[in-house]
Amino acid sequence: MMPALAEERLAPRVVGVEFPYSHSFGMPGDESMQRHVLELALRVLAGAGAPGTRVDLDVEWPVPLREAYRAWQPKEASPIVKVLLETGRRPG
Amino acid sequence: MKVDSYRFLPRSFRSYYEGRGPFAGEDKLVWAPFEKRLQESRIALLTSAGLYLKRSQPSFDVERERANPEWGDPSWRAIPAASKATDLGVAHLHINDVDLIADPEISLPAHLLERLAADRVIGSAATEHVSVMGYQERNLEGWRDTTAGEVIAHLRSQGVDGLILAPA
Repeated sequence: MMPALAEERLAPRVVGVEFPYSHSFGMPGDESMQRHVLELALRVLAGAGAPGTRVDLDVEWPVPLREAYRAWQPKEASPIVKVLLETGRRPG
Repeated sequence: MKVDSYRFLPRSFRSYYEGRGPFAGEDKLVWAPFEKRLQESRIALLTSAGLYLKRSQPSFDVERERANPEWGDPSWRAIPAASKATDLGVAHLHINDVDLIADPEISLPAHLLERLAADRVIGSAATEHVSVMGYQERNLEGWRDTTAGEVIAHLRSQGVDGLILAPA
């Protein structure tokens, strides 16, 4: 979901998906989408010829962005986000 | 088409992840060639969604994280491939768990991997996959010192040839 970060951390093989957090393989109940992602990951695992291989999946998340952006987030802010909000600190 | 890595991330958090480069001391490329054919290989999955077996395993320690927000539980759980959705709990304070509880395959597609083995896409699936909780202390101490070695030993004990890591 954050292939740029994986690249920066020098992950040897990366599959990029533009999906909301926690949905690495796709929509719940959508086996076709999940299989598409898993088979691509297996092909990259076995077929990449050199470190730094990145293959992005050209599949758009089938939920409007605003709705999907809200849906992945926890009902209650995580403890560290609460601290950041309360103190005005920036992440990092 | 290039994936936008920050599409679903709050804008104020982007600088936390972008342009940080490799971890200190980890600036050398790591590479292990995949020598076997997929059809002859045993494959395992690792998710960072914080899945655990509700009846037999402790939850990841979210109470300690609440008390110390910069800490994240570095332990791991073995998840049997035959686990049902109703067997699994989610302990991860940074994501909404509704979809994960409804269909854990979105993060750990163990049943789908079994079908790929039946279809001869891979040789076989591991009998136990791995779950961790992805929010961790910046120095990753517990993962470096304990978890990584234990997970690798667990996978090797099952004869695993390849691992698909799925960040949540």
